[in-house]
Amino acid sequence: MTVRSGEDASGVRRAAIGVLPFLVALLFASVLILLVGENPIEAFRLILRGSLGSPDKLSDTIMVWVPLTLAAAGLVVTFSAGLWNIGVEGQIVLGAIGAALIAREVSAPAWILVPLTLIFGIIFGIGWALLAGVLKTKGKVNEIFGGLGLDFVATGLTLYLIIGPWARPGIASTSGTEPFPEDALLPAVGDTRFSPLAVVLTILAVLGVWLLLRGTRFGLKLKAVGRNPTSAYLLGIPTNRYILGAFAICGGLAGLAGAIQATGFHQKLVPSVSGGYGFLGILVVLLAGFRAIWVAPISAFFAIVMVGSISLTLRLDIDSAIGGVLTGILVLFALMAAGIRDYRQRTKAREAPPPEPEPDPVETPGSVS
Amino acid sequence: MSLELRDIHKHFGPVRANDGISLTVESGSLHGLLGENGAGKSTLMKVLSGFYQADSGDIILDGTHIELGSPDAAIEAGIGMLHQDPLVFLPLSVTDNFLLASPGSFAVSRSTTRSQIAELRDRFGFTYDLDAPARTLTVGERQQVEITRLLWLGARVLILDEPTTGISADQRELLFATLRELASDGMIVIFVSHKLEEVEEICEEVTVMRQGQVVGEAEMPIPPEDLVTMMFGEPIEVAARPDVPLGDQKFVMSHVEIEERLMHLEDLNLSMQAGEVIGLAGMGGSGQRTFLRGISGLVQPSSGTITLDGTDVTSKSYRARMDAGIQYLPAGRLEEGLVAGLSMTEHFILADRRNGGFFIDWDEADATTRAEIDHFSIKGTKDSTAESLSGGNQQRLLLAMLPDELDLLLLEHPTRGLDIESADWVWGQLLERRETGTAIIFSSADLDELLRYSDRILVFFSGEVLAELNARTTNVDEIGHLIGGRRVNSGAGGSS
Repeated sequence: MTVRSGEDASGVRRAAIGVLPFLVALLFASVLILLVGENPIEAFRLILRGSLGSPDKLSDTIMVWVPLTLAAAGLVVTFSAGLWNIGVEGQIVLGAIGAALIAREVSAPAWILVPLTLIFGIIFGIGWALLAGVLKTKGKVNEIFGGLGLDFVATGLTLYLIIGPWARPGIASTSGTEPFPEDALLPAVGDTRFSPLAVVLTILAVLGVWLLLRGTRFGLKLKAVGRNPTSAYLLGIPTNRYILGAFAICGGLAGLAGAIQATGFHQKLVPSVSGGYGFLGILVVLLAGFRAIWVAPISAFFAIVMVGSISLTLRLDIDSAIGGVLTGILVLFALMAAGIRDYRQRTKAREAPPPEPEPDPVETPGSVS
Repeated sequence: MSLELRDIHKHFGPVRANDGISLTVESGSLHGLLGENGAGKSTLMKVLSGFYQADSGDIILDGTHIELGSPDAAIEAGIGMLHQDPLVFLPLSVTDNFLLASPGSFAVSRSTTRSQIAELRDRFGFTYDLDAPARTLTVGERQQVEITRLLWLGARVLILDEPTTGISADQRELLFATLRELASDGMIVIFVSHKLEEVEEICEEVTVMRQGQVVGEAEMPIPPEDLVTMMFGEPIEVAARPDVPLGDQKFVMSHVEIEERLMHLEDLNLSMQAGEVIGLAGMGGSGQRTFLRGISGLVQPSSGTITLDGTDVTSKSYRARMDAGIQYLPAGRLEEGLVAGLSMTEHFILADRRNGGFFIDWDEADATTRAEIDHFSIKGTKDSTAESLSGGNQQRLLLAMLPDELDLLLLEHPTRGLDIESADWVWGQLLERRETGTAIIFSSADLDELLRYSDRILVFFSGEVLAELNARTTNVDEIGHLIGGRRVNSGAGGSS
């Protein structure tokens, strides 16, 4: 088996063009920091120190990188199939619920319990994603609306579980469930939250998605469905099955992210267990140009900024929201750069619209009297 | 008043939709614009109504040169266009549809508008309800709304693009009466159609277009044969084509009924032998596409039976029929055949339905692709994306992607938009397939192509197979007549 190399010369050039929005975003953030009367260099140094400067901070950053990368890797698959899987947030939440169910209800040694929580997280994530998939393929509900609706349902379900059946004894509080038993927690190094298992699984997921889209018939058909469902169907590809397949893969990875969030990071079920990594994952994928390999470094950058900017509030008089501003501007400029590039290519090529086909009367909407 | 077009050019890339059109229309007459699908009629009318800007040429109304930068500017100049699909805002009421487009001030007077519309409506005997939501109106009523609206906005030139599609016979009569009245009031009315009969019925002058050019002008009435000749060109001597002996019975349709949206075909009967070629003639939208889609399984027949090599395939899905040896190539090469953004190698992998291995062997796939590119002389490399290929090469790629062995090949406009060399090449490939027993059904708007390559020709007219003709004994005139909806009494009629 051979794998087609993904990043050829044009990929390198595209990456180089990608640096420009990055610099512009840094400049923009610097101006903002200057405006509030602080030193941008100092701020960026603090961000780096606050995210990578100590084993504790490094492990926090890694544990943000893990779910973000998993969700983004899954989203690369759904985007390849032409789907805006906005339901990814809910799929993360359901993954966390699945893991919590096992962690709370099953007693077993850690070597059984840990894999079981992760597997249930994956299954729950797949199930929730397939729901959006079936709504789309059978019910003709656009996946954006279906997914968004399911996100709200998932959040509602978590809240219900936390203040209802899984409430802490005596106090019904939205702060979360009782912490999970020790054996159900993701094994971590020392006192930190750093879990080598989670990192290994994440790297495998990224490589798996990359391989799937680069070197397999399944991935190629998925891309065909995403780019032109009509042609794909006429070529004999069962498009609905591939759409469901893409949802399942993304849901599985999102579910794994949720399970790791619950058993590795929060160590209990909390209302905001998804951490917003699903929506953030969409930005990561947009910035990565829908390429799986780029998801890992871009997620790392997001994780560093997110974790590091917390220390800005502590050390300088800057709100940690500046981190969100920085990443937001970056995505905005990157998309603008891509848009401008596409526009220039198009005007250069001056692609011809097809000659006016006279519409088929069969296509005429409306009734005939 | 007169409207004059001088040397209008409008090109889309290599396609010359309008190639130097000059045309003068005097007021007080109903002017027909006749031409086959793709002749450039719609493009010309869109230029005239401000939808497109011509690459070059002049438009002169009443001796004044006018610039039509947008539909708005066209209306301002007094040119109103009634689209084939009336542009009505469906969720709004009829009155709101008028107010929406009312020019001038920000504030609009509802009551004045209503009385003005009601007056116009009653004058022409239209009956639509001003308060009804537009979505409840029939296509014919929407058309009436649109005509009223254009007149209300002060149109002095009214262009109607295929206005009789999808409306009832009564509405058609009313429409024709309205057009006659408007013309006699001194308006310029341009009636765009590919339906010979309608043009004959109401037009006093007619301009015929073919391949982006004006090929004839005439005062009506003239013999319909002359119009057919103008529309389709002088019949060319049909070249001898290599005949292959026909094989056993391959494909049978009996009493098949196919419904798709507004198209309804019924009681289709057809028997084909291996190696036989059947051409489908008819104006676009007469049912040929639905016929092909029904056979391919993209639309399931609602009754009747279809058998291939003695096996009943009626209830089989599109994919199952593919496996059984039926393949369909629609006209939209980049819309319904190829996947833009994917390379030729990727296309060949997708087309190879037998190899179901999970991983792709790229070296092998590249080698296959190089061999196919060579064999089908496709201008491009293995990494060329589908949309970067020219139309002819896209068609070559599609043909190269077909499996070696096929029982029935269905093609929609297989040579549309191709130059002569590519078209000849395509037919060389297709005819070669007859030798392995493949039966071919194709639709085409080119009568020469139909006569040259078919054994038999089915003529479609408005959802009906009007005639089945032997391609050896028929001629352009006969087909042209039938395409226009005129039954020929010489015995060849009836639905196959």
